[in-house]
Amino acid sequence: MSEQELLSLADDELVLGWRESEWTGIAPVLEEDVAFSSIAQNEIGHARAVYQLLVGADGDADALAFDRRLAEYRCAPLVELHLLDWAHTIARRWLYETADEIRLAALKDDADPAVAGLAAKIDREEAYHRMHAEMWHERLRDEQRFREAVAELWPYALGMLPEELRGELVERVGLAAVEPVARGTHTDELAPLWDEMTMVRRSAPAGAQW
Amino acid sequence: MSDVFEVFRQERRGQPFEHAGSVVAPDADFAEVWAREQYGRRGESVALWLVPRGAIRDVEEWADEFDLKYRRVDGYSIKARLKEARERAGTA
Repeated sequence: MSEQELLSLADDELVLGWRESEWTGIAPVLEEDVAFSSIAQNEIGHARAVYQLLVGADGDADALAFDRRLAEYRCAPLVELHLLDWAHTIARRWLYETADEIRLAALKDDADPAVAGLAAKIDREEAYHRMHAEMWHERLRDEQRFREAVAELWPYALGMLPEELRGELVERVGLAAVEPVARGTHTDELAPLWDEMTMVRRSAPAGAQW
Repeated sequence: MSDVFEVFRQERRGQPFEHAGSVVAPDADFAEVWAREQYGRRGESVALWLVPRGAIRDVEEWADEFDLKYRRVDGYSIKARLKEARERAGTA
């Protein structure tokens, strides 16, 4: 596993966690608000663990997470989208978890035991997220709005994975392969998010301790 | 349609389940996922019971027309008798 691929995973989890935390306080029902916020927090926790692995035990994970320029972020366009309705949000959640499971399965076989171990640890927590996502998918799969949202996000979901893993996602999701919106470019929606996400660190005087 | 599910949680194996609160959910699957997040994800429970509120039989009428207070725990003062017994046994 290359550093760039690990960074992609961490950036995906950070940005998705950030996006999903935008539902805190305004999710459709109180119970889901708690569950969704908890999932968002977990994703950011996974990002932190991967950043820490990348910078080493004594390195500064926050610096890697927040001190890069916009163009240096490796997150997939799927996680950047500012989704304002629940059908799209759940469609992305389900597509993301399905793709993430495939990615983590490959990572668990990584030659580097530190990478494989962390992937296994993350996957044990993702099991709860998959349970949550599958439950919503089961509930909404025949609803027109949900199906449209899945179809709209499908090229983005496909683009989240490297080419060699896309076939498995096609099989699992059951939609035809399309031209993916691949990683490596950013949507216009990342810039305002980056601005918000890094604002506090950028405004702090050099050497500030947290 | 949503139902209220009462949530009981067990803190450690072998301990009794105690009422923790409730979740409002459209079915038992949603109730499980939501209850896991609210009552189990921070290591505070080893097991949960989810009970639809409709399945609970509510009992709150208690007849005690003849004031048989010796049948109640507050009807029998053990303190004085215990003191007496201890004095008799010389262990007071």
